[in-house]
Amino acid sequence: MVVSVMELEEGKTAKIIEIQGGHGMQNQLRSIGILEGKDIAVVTHHPFQGPIVVKVDRKMISLGRGLACRIMVEMTS
Amino acid sequence: MGNPNVGKSVVFSRLTGTHVITSNFPGTTVDYSQGATCLGRERVFIIDAPGTYSLDPTNPAEEVSLRILNEADIVVNVLDATNLERNLILTLELLSRNVPLLVVLNLWDEAAHTGIEIDVSRLQELLGVPVIPTVAVTGEGIAELASYFSQDVPVPEQKNYSDEEKWVMIGQITREVQTITHRHHTLRDLISDITIKPITGIPVAILVILVSLWAVIFIGEACITYITDPLFELYLPIITQLSEFIGPGFIHQILIGELVDGGIDFEQSMGILTTGLYVPFGIVLPYVIVFYILAALLEDSGYLPRLATLTDTFFHRLGMHGYGIVPVFLGLGCNVPGILATRVLETRKQRFIAATLIAISIPCMAKTAMIFGTIGQFGFLYILLVIAVLAVVYITIGMILSRFIHGECPEIFLEIPPYRTPRLNMVLKKTWMRIVAFIAEAVPYLFLGVLLVNILYATGFLAWLGTVLAPLIVGWLGLPEEASGALLTGFLRKDLAIGMLLPLDMTAQQMVVAVTTLTMYFPCAGAFAVLYRELGFSGMIKSVIVMATTAFFVGGIMRFILIGI
Repeated sequence: MVVSVMELEEGKTAKIIEIQGGHGMQNQLRSIGILEGKDIAVVTHHPFQGPIVVKVDRKMISLGRGLACRIMVEMTS
Repeated sequence: MGNPNVGKSVVFSRLTGTHVITSNFPGTTVDYSQGATCLGRERVFIIDAPGTYSLDPTNPAEEVSLRILNEADIVVNVLDATNLERNLILTLELLSRNVPLLVVLNLWDEAAHTGIEIDVSRLQELLGVPVIPTVAVTGEGIAELASYFSQDVPVPEQKNYSDEEKWVMIGQITREVQTITHRHHTLRDLISDITIKPITGIPVAILVILVSLWAVIFIGEACITYITDPLFELYLPIITQLSEFIGPGFIHQILIGELVDGGIDFEQSMGILTTGLYVPFGIVLPYVIVFYILAALLEDSGYLPRLATLTDTFFHRLGMHGYGIVPVFLGLGCNVPGILATRVLETRKQRFIAATLIAISIPCMAKTAMIFGTIGQFGFLYILLVIAVLAVVYITIGMILSRFIHGECPEIFLEIPPYRTPRLNMVLKKTWMRIVAFIAEAVPYLFLGVLLVNILYATGFLAWLGTVLAPLIVGWLGLPEEASGALLTGFLRKDLAIGMLLPLDMTAQQMVVAVTTLTMYFPCAGAFAVLYRELGFSGMIKSVIVMATTAFFVGGIMRFILIGI
């Protein structure tokens, strides 16, 4: 099932399959290490529309919701 | 050159012996620094370029980098060894530039520590350029790097890839040279988890902030009592002699100011050489130093990005993002460095909101002292009331500004580094450089402020404005007419205004209204001047309009609630 990383539960891992958005947005995310084909894990969701903290290649990254909802992942059940 | 935050500046300072700081604040190195070093008989000039993710410039720092690149004889590309994959994109772009290239794998020790192994000779083959592992903070590998400067560094074979091909290449290279061994969860990981998850992280963050503020007040006061006050005691006889030498007159008024009970009072005389020196160096600087040390500790330990993440939910609603906490924190010491620190925010809109909100509702040490000094006599609840009003105003005005000002509000997007033990010499060096910058950037403005008050006072402008505004203060704020003088003096000097408010014999409610209005409606002259510097003339005027409107609007509402009609 393909969902955005926002919908992934805390502690779950999934594979990134697509980064939606313009060229600039894609490169911004890629340059910090969020690329298609990588596994992404959700460390924590901050409540009240706060940011989401993810882990890619053991790097922790804080993302705003607007960015996170563009990262589409494939859930491996 | 290299990505942001990989240690370029540390490599640079190792090579040249220059003091450059490392910083997690984005964009520390927007201006480049250059230095020279001697190799054998030759002098080599080295330029430290601002951090850049790609050669496709998206911000001013990256444009500077590109300009530097075009003039370089040899390019040293610094990479974060713990982050090979993402750093290589810039390396591949540099390979297509037809310049001699050296690749430095910095943070080599940390990579080894986290279980990342990189096959240097294989990477060298694949890239076709020399690769040197280094640990810049200790100096490891720097000598080897320097030895390349005297050799002929070959120009790499020019390769041009499309964006897609680059990512494929990078995937191949990393798979081939990098082995990651699994590592068990350590105590650091545990602390990292505790401090980033909201349920545990928010209490920790509150604790950290409270402890920091307590430390600032405690250490700051100790510095004033034991260091700066004794120094100014030594200075007093000298300046008193000068005062007698000059004699009364206009020059005395400007340089020394008013004599209080026949002598010089550093807090009230208002001369450039008395109050003008005492306020920035005697009172503000000690607090600023402690604030800077704490900020450097939070930054170097890796806690700051976590704090920024935790506070992002709040600041995002006000049009900023989590880094908005940095200027607020510094602003509690003195609004001047607070407003300067709004540079950590990316867009003009964000900086305007951050700076305006600091000026309105973040009381600096002088303002806090004023609040306690005037209202303390009526009980702690009234102080709490003022603080609560300031907090509500901060949030409300922030939400309003973020809705109505044009411009973008980029979201939080930052890497959370592993916890590191801060290195004392780095913390001290960083604090020192920031203090020097503070003195150079802020102190002249504080001087200018004192000069301005003197002139406005001497020409009777303030008294005139007082009579013009008196109806507003009596009718709208419900204060005695004499309070208008105090409010106007507070236009430029908050601490002086206390002395004028106290003898007016106002009720607790009136005092609360007066002090809250006074706190909000205008920053001190120094903060006013940096607002001009950071926001430009039109930005400053807008900011001042927001402040004055807010202060009188909120003051009026408080009057109707607290005092009645």
